[in-house]
Amino acid sequence: MKVSVQTEDFDLGAECTAITRGRSDIGALASFVGLVRDSNDGAGISRMTLEHYPGMTEQSLAEIVEQARGRWDVMDATVIHRIGELKPGDNIVLVAVASAHRGDAFAACEFIMDYLKTRAPFWKKEKTPEGERWVDARESDDESAARWKA
Amino acid sequence: MSVHILYFAGLREALGQSSEQLSLPAQVGSVGQLHAHLAARGGVWVALATTKNLRIAVNRKVAAMDAPVKDGDEVAFFPPVTGG
Repeated sequence: MKVSVQTEDFDLGAECTAITRGRSDIGALASFVGLVRDSNDGAGISRMTLEHYPGMTEQSLAEIVEQARGRWDVMDATVIHRIGELKPGDNIVLVAVASAHRGDAFAACEFIMDYLKTRAPFWKKEKTPEGERWVDARESDDESAARWKA
Repeated sequence: MSVHILYFAGLREALGQSSEQLSLPAQVGSVGQLHAHLAARGGVWVALATTKNLRIAVNRKVAAMDAPVKDGDEVAFFPPVTGG
């Protein structure tokens, strides 16, 4: 399991290879990459700044991965979230989950993203032509996370 | 007792500071009491009362208003998270 909060970019292929290298028991590898869009809520975005709560962020991500392991057959997982200044087209977040079968890999990957979006202490600030603004939390993200409460 | 307090994102900007070490009067023993104690400073501190869905963490775990606050705790106030 790997959790990283970093300013540097990441490489999806390299992270996936690191998970599967030297193993023949993994049958499914599901991954998600979130990127900076060039528009949000009707405004053009020229830059984004990611703030976080050092210490709590890493702990929170590790707990989310642990919860996923408790619910699905997760053979390995990687979560990387970038912080600092980003521009449209840049990678923000990567989640990759390896399992024996696709059902567990897909579900655990989506669960980790949904919980990350509503629980991990990151905050986005966008630069628009009208100035800078903090991104508002979306109710749809809370609804997505609530789906997993069973 | 004394606690270390952190503020993040829009709340940090509204308050004009990211952290403080604060000695608390004896009657402040819970998250809710600490919140009220800080909001009572007036001025920009009204942001603690007006931030929608304010989140509070004690020692890096999200805590409810009735959670205890003890000497040496790290208490963080922040708006809802927007990562990912």
